[in-house]
Amino acid sequence: MKPNCITAMGAGATAGIGRLGTTGLFLAHTLFCCLTPPVKGTRVLKQIWFIGWKSMLVIALTGTFTGMVLALQSFPTLRRVGSEALLGPLVALSLTRELGPVLTALMVTGRAGSAIAAEIGIMRTTEQIDALELMGLNPLRYVVVPNLLAALVALPLLTAVFDVVGTWGGYLVGVRLLGLDGGTYFGEISNHAEMKDILGGIYKALTFGLIIVWVCCYKGYHSRFGAEGVSAATTQAVVNSSVLILVWDYFVTSVVF
Amino acid sequence: MIRVEGVCKSFGSQAVLRGVSFDIQPGEFTALIGLSGCGKSLLLKHLVGLLKPDRGRIWIGGQDIGQASGRQLEFLRSRIGFVFQGGALFDSMTVYDNVAFPLREKTRLREADVRRKVEEELELVGLHDAAGKFPAQLSGGMLKRVALARALVRDPEIVLFDEPTTGLDPVVSRAVLELFGSVHERLKLTGILVSHEIPRIFEIVQRVAMLHEGRIIAMDPPERFCALPNPVVQQFVNGSRVEQCVSPARAPNRMPGRRERTALLSTANPCHLMRGASLT
Repeated sequence: MKPNCITAMGAGATAGIGRLGTTGLFLAHTLFCCLTPPVKGTRVLKQIWFIGWKSMLVIALTGTFTGMVLALQSFPTLRRVGSEALLGPLVALSLTRELGPVLTALMVTGRAGSAIAAEIGIMRTTEQIDALELMGLNPLRYVVVPNLLAALVALPLLTAVFDVVGTWGGYLVGVRLLGLDGGTYFGEISNHAEMKDILGGIYKALTFGLIIVWVCCYKGYHSRFGAEGVSAATTQAVVNSSVLILVWDYFVTSVVF
Repeated sequence: MIRVEGVCKSFGSQAVLRGVSFDIQPGEFTALIGLSGCGKSLLLKHLVGLLKPDRGRIWIGGQDIGQASGRQLEFLRSRIGFVFQGGALFDSMTVYDNVAFPLREKTRLREADVRRKVEEELELVGLHDAAGKFPAQLSGGMLKRVALARALVRDPEIVLFDEPTTGLDPVVSRAVLELFGSVHERLKLTGILVSHEIPRIFEIVQRVAMLHEGRIIAMDPPERFCALPNPVVQQFVNGSRVEQCVSPARAPNRMPGRRERTALLSTANPCHLMRGASLT
């Protein structure tokens, strides 16, 4: 019984390492294709529109309400210690350093990442990926690279939008609703926020964009056949990307800030 | 033109191809038949290098696919058209764009030349009116014809058809097969047609190969193929139950209800219906 158990564990570990290797190779091939011509410019633009522009509304909404709730929750505590003037920096720094990139990435994963995984999964199931290969086209170059380049452009921009609308959301609650002075709100932000806070968030967004496309495209590309396979691939893509984003966020935060 | 020698392929402990060998001459149209799940589509994917055999070698036009570099494989594939079972059309593109896609991506033709070529191919398959439609708006038969047009658009020397009539009604599947036959006649292509459409395929192919239990057990012109004394061939051709010839290990995997369907099919020897004889 014991040897069987050890054999099973060994087989599981070997398979896990194998999958990790395949995932790493997938990313390496994709990055190689990104750096070597030809790059499908039209498809990149189309995917920027899909990942970036079509996520704009959801990012604007979540950004606004995140800023609003941050201000609403923090204001009473700050007032208790007599530091309500610091509401602006608190909202702005929380958004630019942490909440902006992370929440943007999670929203994009849910909206665009799942769609990318499903689309590629269906292409795999209906043999469209095989058809590309038989036409002498590299499917990674055609299907994955445009998504990666688009995400690298869209995620930082969406994060910037999230930061801006979130800060305005905080302004609405802190200044219009709770009576803080508008000049104090923005003045304290410019006193405390530095360029490295903003850039740190943008760097995070870049790496999150890479993670979303890597995981979602990999899952779709290696989806099992049939509707069940595509559905499982989509679910795994969203769950794995979200978890990886949160785990990676800790490490990247410890390096960047 | 196509030479397959001792190709073996296993998935885990299940050996699907156990030493497949055959030759196909230039311009020859060959049907590949066999039970569902016996490895016909798998064999086609080996021929185009989508899968690598565990053992054995495959030559296309003198080039060993296993030894081909990426660029050589790409060149080989440019000489092969592949009609997938489900068409494998890009569903976000129109019929026109689907057919034009290989030209736009892999040639330096001007758009006017692409248009002329695409219109030519759509005319050939009788779909010039459907150029602006999307795959989702097409019937099963039309999808197969678009897939054929796309496979032919780069003037391949070899065309591989993977069960192109699956899911079509008898009238449409006959029309599709006749179209394949006439295209072969006109363009003198080398082709392999994987199909269960017996006896219709006998009317359009020069040779019939039967894949059974991982090997080619017969490969002959249709008339001679039908007359082979091999019981597996006879029972398959006559549409009667093949389970009796299948090893016991395979028997439990048969689909339920086959007995009823095959009993109906076995009422006539399909070889009598060949070459222009009426189906009714």
